[in-house]
Amino acid sequence: MTGIVALYIFMLAAFTGYEVISRVPVILHTPLMSGSNFVHGIVLVGAMVALGGAHTPLEKTIGFIGVLLAAGNAVGGYVVTERMLEMFKSSGARGKPTQKGAH
Amino acid sequence: MPSDATMSLDRETLIQASYLVTAALFILGLKRMSSPVTARSGILWAGSGMLVATVVSFLYPGMTNYELILAAIVVGGGLAWWSGKRVAMTDMPQMIALYNGMGGGAAAAIAAVELYRGESQGYATSTLAVVGGLIGSVSFSGSAIAFGKLQGLITRSIRFSGQQVFNLLLLALALVLGALVAFGFGATAPVITAFFALALLLGLTMTLPIGGADMPVVISLYNALTGLAVAFEGFVLNNAAMIIAGTVVGSAGTLLTQLMAKAMNRSVGNVLFSGFGDTGAAPTGEVSGSLKPIEASDVGVMMAFASKVIIVPGYGMAVAQAQHKIWELCQLLLDRGVTVKFAIHPVAGRMPGHMNVLLAEAGVPYDLISDLDEINSEFETADAALIIGANDVVNPVARNDKSSPIYGMPILNADKAKNVIVIKRGKGAGFSGIENALFYLDNTRMLYGDAQKAGAELIQAIKAVG
Repeated sequence: MTGIVALYIFMLAAFTGYEVISRVPVILHTPLMSGSNFVHGIVLVGAMVALGGAHTPLEKTIGFIGVLLAAGNAVGGYVVTERMLEMFKSSGARGKPTQKGAH
Repeated sequence: MPSDATMSLDRETLIQASYLVTAALFILGLKRMSSPVTARSGILWAGSGMLVATVVSFLYPGMTNYELILAAIVVGGGLAWWSGKRVAMTDMPQMIALYNGMGGGAAAAIAAVELYRGESQGYATSTLAVVGGLIGSVSFSGSAIAFGKLQGLITRSIRFSGQQVFNLLLLALALVLGALVAFGFGATAPVITAFFALALLLGLTMTLPIGGADMPVVISLYNALTGLAVAFEGFVLNNAAMIIAGTVVGSAGTLLTQLMAKAMNRSVGNVLFSGFGDTGAAPTGEVSGSLKPIEASDVGVMMAFASKVIIVPGYGMAVAQAQHKIWELCQLLLDRGVTVKFAIHPVAGRMPGHMNVLLAEAGVPYDLISDLDEINSEFETADAALIIGANDVVNPVARNDKSSPIYGMPILNADKAKNVIVIKRGKGAGFSGIENALFYLDNTRMLYGDAQKAGAELIQAIKAVG
């Protein structure tokens, strides 16, 4: 990938992100923030590559921490987003409060 | 038998193709998450994209340390899974901050590994590594502070005179060190270490003075910054999936941050540099009139025979865990043929949309929930507005008292309803310390008590009507 192609990807992705979010209702702001938080968990694949190519103990240690943190970002982001979104129901499903919340 | 070269070429193609699929799934997933009807499937799409990318990344030619990678994924992922499943819905904002900070830390770790290794791939690449490392580090330590504040671990907002000058100096110093590293003049291990230490410190000193009420905007901003850091490290690693996903989050997150700040009547710059947010302005504006109490039984009768009731929930309702009782109350009214709607202010709860999550947890269908723009014209036709644990967001002084600190903040026009019922624990002022003129209006009655208990009494009262 040459520099200019990378810049094109960067620009198009920036417009895409803006367009995808621009007409979102306020009621979904929190889950959406959580969802986008999950999406940057893709840093996991970069951390894997970094650790996979690490040689010295210092590189391995930092790489290990990187993968650990990235996996936390991806998994944690997924779990909380899914928990929030699975609760959104329309009137069709009225009267059945989720069990998890009933305490 | 294919030669090693073609084998790795094929693998390379497979990896790149998989990343393409992942990027598409992320974008489609986010798109689906922006409508309540499809939101649930959106996270599944994005999740499967992540799974594909992770599995395929094990196939990179020349990878070593497989045991370490697996161990880190199992430990980090396992802990996050465990904590994510357990966290209460009211604590969601700080958990998002925590996971977001981890992503920023991971981006910084990638930068650190690349820089310490020191196999320069040109100035452009090392500059991107440095900038991504700086942003990721700030997001990491800043998010940790945001978590600590919302979790109640850090209760004081540390401020001192000249703080912004100090932060600017820190940033300048970090940039100088970063430039030394990026252009190879001083890319020795101690300089790199000092650079990262400064970047982490900057995240701390930037976030510490910001008050708890402004934290949602800060978390959203750090979310966008982490996305950007991930994209920059994606350039360094020549990884298209990271560039696309990181940039999409960076721009979407920036927009989301602006929307949130606007909903709170603050600008992002104001949040970052003014150091308000929990200062609690001195109570101003004397309010005339008196507070008029009412009994639950009377409220029950009023609502049972109303044709339209609008409920305005605030964070106080969630703290009292009253949302289940309120929904039960709501269902009784719906069964009697009363039109019931929930009016949500953008900053109800801890961040925009948080109250919707808390109501959804209790089983309230999202089509009964309206936001400020949709519902404000409807208060005039409502027989009763029931305010539960909300205060500043229904205070009419925001409309007409220029001296008030909340002047100009968009509010819910609950005062326009024929009757206003306020469920409130005591007579104290709101979060901002401002007297609420709504409570003193002629058409307002106060129902004192804990939201949960008051809800139960109202349910009894409506059942008694028969």
